[in-house]
Amino acid sequence: MAIAPEKPTIYTESRIPHPIPTVLEVPPELRDSDDILTVNFGPNHPSTHGVLRLVVDLDGERVVGLKAVVGYLHTGFEKNMEQKTWWKAITYSPRIDYLSFQNNELVFVLAIEKLLGLEVPPKATWMRMLLCELNRIHSHLVWLGTAALELGAISMFWYCFRERDLVLDLFELVAGYRMHTRYFQTGGLAEDIPPGFFPECRTFVERMPKAVDEYEQLVDQNAIWLERTKGVGLLSAADAIALGQSGPVLRGSGVDWDLRREQPYLLYDHVDFAVPVYPNGDVWDRYKVHMDEMRESTRIVVQCLRRLERLEGEPWTSDDRKVVLPPREELHTSMESLIHHFKIVTEGYRVPEGEVYVTIESPRGELGCYVVSDGGPKPWRVKFRAPSFVALEATATCMSDALVADMIAIVGSLDTVMGEVDR
Amino acid sequence: MTWDDVPGLVETRVAYEETTLVVEPERLVEAAEHLRDELGFDFLSDLTPADYLDWGTRGVAGYIGTAAGRDLNAPGAAGYERTPQPKPKRFSVSYHLLALREGAPRVRLQVWVDDGEAVPSVVSVWPTADWHEREAWDLMGIRFEGHPNLVRILMDDDWEGFPLRKDYPIGGEPVRFSPEQ
Repeated sequence: MAIAPEKPTIYTESRIPHPIPTVLEVPPELRDSDDILTVNFGPNHPSTHGVLRLVVDLDGERVVGLKAVVGYLHTGFEKNMEQKTWWKAITYSPRIDYLSFQNNELVFVLAIEKLLGLEVPPKATWMRMLLCELNRIHSHLVWLGTAALELGAISMFWYCFRERDLVLDLFELVAGYRMHTRYFQTGGLAEDIPPGFFPECRTFVERMPKAVDEYEQLVDQNAIWLERTKGVGLLSAADAIALGQSGPVLRGSGVDWDLRREQPYLLYDHVDFAVPVYPNGDVWDRYKVHMDEMRESTRIVVQCLRRLERLEGEPWTSDDRKVVLPPREELHTSMESLIHHFKIVTEGYRVPEGEVYVTIESPRGELGCYVVSDGGPKPWRVKFRAPSFVALEATATCMSDALVADMIAIVGSLDTVMGEVDR
Repeated sequence: MTWDDVPGLVETRVAYEETTLVVEPERLVEAAEHLRDELGFDFLSDLTPADYLDWGTRGVAGYIGTAAGRDLNAPGAAGYERTPQPKPKRFSVSYHLLALREGAPRVRLQVWVDDGEAVPSVVSVWPTADWHEREAWDLMGIRFEGHPNLVRILMDDDWEGFPLRKDYPIGGEPVRFSPEQ
């Protein structure tokens, strides 16, 4: 076996291009060279995770210039949400990031609840946490499957999607939908936790750690995998912070930062979990962060299950009837409930005037939601701080010494969802 | 944390446990550098413009949810119309900052501008502002003075108008590929 060549390691001087931080420009000495080939990578390329277009200047196999072009999936979610009442707008939020739908739903619901000052019963909070962690596992599985597929590890895709389907089965059991569940409602949950969920979920969490071990067995010793991920797509901690990176990208660059621990929302300060951090800032480290996070998420799910089983029979939503829909059966017997139902459905509830910015740790990093209310039944302004959008800003920095084949590994490792990038 | 030393500070507001620092647009970059270097806000989480055209011209009435439940004496409840607090100018641009340290302190830096007025770019302070500012220009039409590459990002390069503005109608764009065309 040949001796592996020395791998580049993390750099110290900033590599963010100047003057445009997100565009890698062809060095002046190469600008007039006939050897520079400009290639459109995307927007319809299977390994760009959706419709991302990279305009790449190649000198042989070396990437010397790069510009990311986005917007092909722009659907105007934010504009649409301004036209809908608050509770109808919740339906839009999961569709923004179609892999971490529950986290997106959560951040918007939390923002409304912050404006309303609404108390949420503990059962709903534990269930939200449980589902968000399952959702994180789901999102990471899709990431791992597709990112590995792009690097040639085809079987990984099948294994990941096998477990992913089990997570989706759990979502279907709870909400009736496999994706875009819209199970979080202002005030709590839309429905009570169905019977049979706990045993199903227990079976899953027993299986999941073994499955993660299996994935690692598949690729951890694989020479091709190691060769294509180690020392590729370097991003230093300082550059990652300056470029606003968050989530696995930031932790893969050695920054010990997780909003679940630093700024505990829901009840994350009541559960025990570790934050995986890897110092080398390459594709391999981002991969390791994802793997460890799946294990930690499973641990959180187990703790949530333990709590939830003790909360059986407790209310799952707030009883503020001005905001929360009355129970279905009351509509036949109570005039008051019928009026409330009618008012909420047709006119929507009103949310006090003000502006809030709520952030959570989505599978992709810091997911923020800025909402402005004028006191009426519709949001005045909704803005999602999409971690994928920001992650793509790092492409130019990560690829400053990349080869054309590394591009695929790097774009994959940034874990972007184009729906969220373009909104 | 004290905000008194922030250059160009106009107003400090605390609402919903969030601090908003309104600064003069001319001194925005100074304020940003102060917040980053002196107070440790090295992470620009988000940059958001908002359009307040016709804000406060419509009265808002009806029940307004509160933590305590039904407060029928609250202004706006029980059908009495009230109008929201007026805003100083048409557009606000909010910079949501985070300090990566114990307690995860956050602050919102805000500037107000009218249509056509430019805001100084903060790309030199936080490189991540690059795409955020392009998005704000693209969708809201806010010009950022000193941005190295202020072009549209989400809409087509030849798009007319700024879709997130309040006077931009929804469904107003022509449908392409219709039989008449």
